[in-house]
Amino acid sequence: IYLFTYFFFLLLYIAFMLFIVFDNAGQFFSSGHTNNWAVLVCTSRFWFNYRHVANTLSVYRSVKRLGIPDSHIVLMLADDMACNHRNPKPATVFSHKNMELNVYGDDVEVDYRGYEVTVENFLRVLTGRLPPSTPRSKRLLSDDRSNILIYLTGHGGNGFLKFQDSEEISNVELADAFEQMWQKRRYNELLFIIDTCQGASMYERFYSPNLMALASSQVGEDSLSHQPDLAIGVHLMDRYTFYLLEFLEDIHPASKTNMNDLFKVCPKSQCVSTPGHRTDLFLRDPGSVLITDFFGSVRKVEITMETINLTDPINPVNGELQIRKYSYVDQLPVSEIIHQKPKQKDWHPPDGFILGLWTLILLVFFKLYGMKHLKHIF
Amino acid sequence: CLSERRRGQLAALSIAAVVIIVGVPLWWRTTETYRAWLPVNQINELANLQLQLSADVEVVFARGTVTPEQQKKVPTQVVISLCLFCSSPLEADLSLHTLSESPCGSLVVYVIPESSTLLPEDVDVYIGQRRTALLRIGAQMRVGRTLEQLLAHLEPRIKQVLQVMSFSHTDITAALSDRVRLSPGNKESIADSMRAFKSSPGYEITFSLLNPDPKSHRVHWDIEGAVQTYIQPLLTKLAPLANFSIDSQTLYYAMLGVNPRYDSSRSAYTLNSDSLAHVINPVEARLGSNAASSNPVLNFLLYVPDAHHSPLHIHDHKKQEVLSNAFHSPRWGGIMVYNVNGFYGPEAVFPVDININMAKVMGVFLAQLRLLLGVQSSAPPPGFLVAPCSSTGLADWELDRLMWSRTVENVATATTTITSLAQLLDQIGNIVINDNIAQQVSSAVTSLQLAVAELEAGNLGFALQYSKEAILASERAFFDPSLLHLLYFPDDQKFAIYIPLFLPMCVPILLSLLKIVSEARQKRRERQAKKD
Repeated sequence: IYLFTYFFFLLLYIAFMLFIVFDNAGQFFSSGHTNNWAVLVCTSRFWFNYRHVANTLSVYRSVKRLGIPDSHIVLMLADDMACNHRNPKPATVFSHKNMELNVYGDDVEVDYRGYEVTVENFLRVLTGRLPPSTPRSKRLLSDDRSNILIYLTGHGGNGFLKFQDSEEISNVELADAFEQMWQKRRYNELLFIIDTCQGASMYERFYSPNLMALASSQVGEDSLSHQPDLAIGVHLMDRYTFYLLEFLEDIHPASKTNMNDLFKVCPKSQCVSTPGHRTDLFLRDPGSVLITDFFGSVRKVEITMETINLTDPINPVNGELQIRKYSYVDQLPVSEIIHQKPKQKDWHPPDGFILGLWTLILLVFFKLYGMKHLKHIF
Repeated sequence: CLSERRRGQLAALSIAAVVIIVGVPLWWRTTETYRAWLPVNQINELANLQLQLSADVEVVFARGTVTPEQQKKVPTQVVISLCLFCSSPLEADLSLHTLSESPCGSLVVYVIPESSTLLPEDVDVYIGQRRTALLRIGAQMRVGRTLEQLLAHLEPRIKQVLQVMSFSHTDITAALSDRVRLSPGNKESIADSMRAFKSSPGYEITFSLLNPDPKSHRVHWDIEGAVQTYIQPLLTKLAPLANFSIDSQTLYYAMLGVNPRYDSSRSAYTLNSDSLAHVINPVEARLGSNAASSNPVLNFLLYVPDAHHSPLHIHDHKKQEVLSNAFHSPRWGGIMVYNVNGFYGPEAVFPVDININMAKVMGVFLAQLRLLLGVQSSAPPPGFLVAPCSSTGLADWELDRLMWSRTVENVATATTTITSLAQLLDQIGNIVINDNIAQQVSSAVTSLQLAVAELEAGNLGFALQYSKEAILASERAFFDPSLLHLLYFPDDQKFAIYIPLFLPMCVPILLSLLKIVSEARQKRRERQAKKD
């Protein structure tokens, strides 16, 4: 019997090994991407939209945990909840009631904050049309072998998403932006997740290839929030992102879970709204797409087989190291402040109010006393 | 003098005339969006571009390959006596260089007799370090063959040499791989295209020394000298392709994110190939970047394992030790593990001073750099012998290969950019096209046409230069910050703004015109009645 079980395990082991070998050889070609990017956007401000910031930060945390570095994440938060005056626990943003999980942490890198989160900036980041002075951390420097994850959350409606309570982005604009990204081959595959009311309307108009989209609710449905925390006083997370986060907690960098499991996250019984997805523009079968293809950053590696035999000795570098002394600029130029001369202000012509006031006075004067007094004035 | 009514009618008519003849055109012109002229016809022509590549090949027959009668009929007049006493093909190669310097993109093939002892037995073709190749005539061409037979025999073999040294169909389609998604026919070329960085005007190279255990090891590396001696010659040779900027750093307490396993049979710690993929991410967060531009960054990391985990070896899929102890990641860079436990004994006083052997390290990094920059790594066909790497690390013909594929890639990318930009500007009628954008587009189109012409003529150097200019201009035009259609109003918004301003003003004019017309009609009716 022992021999039999031993033989059985040997077979199993061999099969397992073969599987791994083939898997590794095939892995290089199965996904076709070499790097990962993430664009995470929270579009609403004000204290009562705490949950949108918490949503975005939870996805940010998961994505960082699974390996995407900060240099490849563009995080846009429309308001600062952690340092909001109404936050009873400053410098924290919680995602679960009873303050179990602080998603703010101490190494958050927000690239666009506050009023910088506008439709224009979002579209500029996607299409790459940023002014030349924009730093690297604010750019989406993806190439044709990048898989990009785009996560949007906020208040939305049928065909639009509201930014900052004052402007909106429509689904047509979003689809056009993705088409421009495709024309310039700025992505290999793109996963679009949106957690707003009537979210499915935002991906209706997509027409570029290699796009996969998930939304938290269908057209005509509202996405609901999960649970309020009585100490903080607001709702902490939205339902769809809450269950999405729970799903992502089980994913580690080496896991092989695929997209079909992601589509099953948050069924109607838990979410009240019906999550939707769209895969018709995606070339690969969703069952063969790993979660880590978008949420993580598993690098492909090759062993370096060849080396070059270098025999020349090292030339000493010409010239000595020039040692330059650096010093800090005078932090408080007190002498300049004390002896400052008053600045010459440019003369501006009197503005409208003053002109109007004088006109009124003159009119009243002449009405009262008649025109013959004009010559006394001029 | 005119009556009141007459004056009134004249006033109304003249106001209406001014509004219609002067006002409306003036308003239309001043609210028009400025769209500079674009060469749309030429852009449409570019969309149907046919690339034709030609390379100059000079075939030189050595003494002994053709009979004296055939010598007179051979098209190429140069028949030389090759240094057949040289002991190795390398020496022959070097002596040939003194003859002539072949320009970039061209090749010289020397045909040597079958009986020559220059090449080893099983080798028919020797590829030199510059742009030369030695081709040995096959055995069947020994006796009583005509010139036509000889040329017919040589043609496919020269073609094969060309495919190795210049370009082949698969190479060019691989260069276009992001425009044309390949069916997985040739996996090797797909792997090559995924591994190498895309063509870019500049690259940043960063060398980092990772020392996780400064308490035990005080590591010194002469990076400046090493870069100057080993890396800089290669980069100088690649200067026509791109600008390179190099910097270096040392990171302390930077661990690999993976725990190596202890292998008691080899008494060493091992990292197997599956865990290598997870090494890069934790380290990358700490690397930082000196780059102020948007150029791609190549990272080369040298990891000195800590004293408790030394020696550390990398194993491949078959559990064999990897000789170079290094691995690389496509489009990212390379990592090498440098074991230092051999430099000191067990009684050493910590921290130990260690000087790194930069020649060995740079040998590995140079090989990885070649791969990442796109120098193909495929093995040559059977019967071919390739000269060993020169001191710069790059043979001239390898540089030519890279230039061919980069030029094609640049031309394809610039063409796609310009055509999609033209399409975009056509679709959205109210985007302002500034003069600088129009100028960039025009210069891109001109450069593209010149590049294609030079490719056809076989001038590789000029073709690459023009293609680089084309790509720079097209990218600048496409990514201009003013081309965001969000910033501009569609035409219906223009009407919505001006109608509330102009309509109330036009109403009295229209009414007075109508009144004039009705009065005139009434007067005509009265006159008719009077006449009757």
